[in-house]
Amino acid sequence: MEKWANMKLSWQWFHRLGSPRWFYQKTSAWLPWLGAAALLLLAVGCTWGLGFAPQDAKQGNSYRIIYIHVPAAFLALAGYYIMAICGAIGLIWKMKLSFVVMRAAAPIGAVLTFVALLTGAVWGKPTWGTYWVWDARITSMLILLFLYLGVMALSGAFSRELSGDKASALLALVGTVNIPIIYKSVDWWFTLHQPATLKLTQASTIDPSMFYPLITMIAGFYLFYAWVLILHTRGLILQREWRTQWVRELLGQSAPAAKA
Amino acid sequence: MQSESVGDGRKRIAEPVLRPAVPAAAPGFFTLFRTELTLAVRRRSDIVNPLLFFVTVLALMPIGIGPEPEMLSRMAAGLIWVMALLSTLLSQESLFRSDYEDGSLEQLALQSQPLYFPVLAKVLVHWLVTGVPLAVLSPLLGMMLNLGQAGYWPLLLSLVLGTASLSLIGAVGAALTVALRRPGLLLALIIMPLYVPVLIFGTGTVQAALDGYGYGPQLAILGAILAAAAALAPLAAAGAIRISLEN
Repeated sequence: MEKWANMKLSWQWFHRLGSPRWFYQKTSAWLPWLGAAALLLLAVGCTWGLGFAPQDAKQGNSYRIIYIHVPAAFLALAGYYIMAICGAIGLIWKMKLSFVVMRAAAPIGAVLTFVALLTGAVWGKPTWGTYWVWDARITSMLILLFLYLGVMALSGAFSRELSGDKASALLALVGTVNIPIIYKSVDWWFTLHQPATLKLTQASTIDPSMFYPLITMIAGFYLFYAWVLILHTRGLILQREWRTQWVRELLGQSAPAAKA
Repeated sequence: MQSESVGDGRKRIAEPVLRPAVPAAAPGFFTLFRTELTLAVRRRSDIVNPLLFFVTVLALMPIGIGPEPEMLSRMAAGLIWVMALLSTLLSQESLFRSDYEDGSLEQLALQSQPLYFPVLAKVLVHWLVTGVPLAVLSPLLGMMLNLGQAGYWPLLLSLVLGTASLSLIGAVGAALTVALRRPGLLLALIIMPLYVPVLIFGTGTVQAALDGYGYGPQLAILGAILAAAAALAPLAAAGAIRISLEN
C-alpha cells in the first residue's frame, strides 16, 4: 500500500504539469532568470565569436556567421522533436498543456529553420559565389521548413481546437518517423548529383578558440528557445483559458458576474 | 443499383459472426476490398481523371520548357515522377470522403476489429485504380518525352512500387483532413514533404538505368519504403480517422 502511495506521489508532478494554471504560475518565477541567462549567454557568445575569435584561414571573416547559423540549425531540428514529443504526450496522456506547448513550438521552430536557411544563404554568397545551392543539408532544411509549415497549417484548419491539436500532433509524429528517412535519402540524392566544382568545407576539426564561443552561443540559443517557448505558451494559455476565473483575476478584470 | 450493392457489402461486414480469432480480420478485408473495387470501377471518372491530368500536364511540359530532345530526355524521368506524385495526391482527397459523409466510416470505426485492415483495403484499391494505370501508361509518356529506351522498364517498375507507397502515405493526410470542408491544398501541403524519399529513389532508379548501371538497389529501397509504409501508414491513418470522427 505504501509503495503504491509513493508511486502516486512521484507522478503528482506530472499530473500537475498538465494544468495550464499551475504552469503559468510556476513559470512566472522562472521567466526573468531564464531570460537574463539567455540574453547574457547570447551577448557573451556574440561578442566573443564575432569580435574576438580568430579569423578562418580560408574563409576570412565570413565564417563568423556560423555563430548564428549552427545554433539555429541545431534548434530547428531539436525543436521539431520537442514539438512531436509534446504532441505524443498530449495524445497519450490527453494533457491539455502539452498540446499548447506543441502549438507554441511550431512557429518558433519554423522561424529558426528560416534563420538557418537565411544565414546559410548569406554565408554561401562569399564562400560558394551563390546564395542558393541544392546541397544536401540545405535541401533537408528546406523540407524541414515545409514540415513545420504543414503542422502549423493543419493545426489552424480545424474549427474545434482539440481536433486541431490531435491532428497536428499525429502529423508531427508521422514527420518524426520520416525525418531520418528524408535526411538519408536527400544525402544519397546529393552524392548522386554533386557537381565536381563544389567543395564542402567539412568542419571536422575546429580550434578551441573558435569552439568555445560556438558552445556559448549554442547554450544561449537553447536557453533563448526555452524562454521564448515558455512566453509563447503562456500567451496561448491566456488565450485559451480567458473565460476562467484565474485568468480574469490575473488580468485584473472582475470575476464574471454572469456565467454566459 | 450502386447504392444497393454498397448497403449489401457493408451489411456483410457489420454482421457479428463468430469465427476463429486468427483470420478474423481477413473476411472483412476481402469483402471491403471487393466492395471498394466495384465502386471504383463503376465511378469511372475516378479512374480516368487522374490519368487525364497526368497526360495533360505532361503534354504541357514541352510547351513550357521547349521541345529540344536532349533537354527533354534529361528531364523526362523527373517530370513523369513529379506528375505521378501530383495526380496520386489529387485523387487521394476523396479516399475517405464519401464514407465520411454517409457515415459508413463511423460504422467501420465502431467495429471491434482494428481500422488497419479497412484502411489497407481502401488504399489497395486506390493504388490499383490510379497508381497501376499511371505506371502502365508511363513508358508511352517516356517515349513522347524522349526518355532513353533503357529507362522504360525501370520507370514502370519504380512507379508500380512507388505509387503504392504514395497511396499509403497520402492516406494519412486524407484521413487527417477528411473532416475539413476544403482540404485540397492543405492535403498537398502536409503530405508533399513526406513524399521526398519516394521521389528521390523513384527518379534514382530510372537515372541509374539510363547511366548504364544496375537499378536493383534503388528498386530494393523503394520496396523497403513500401514495406515500412504498409506496416505503419495504415496505423497512422486509422488514428487520424478516429481524430477526424471526433471533430
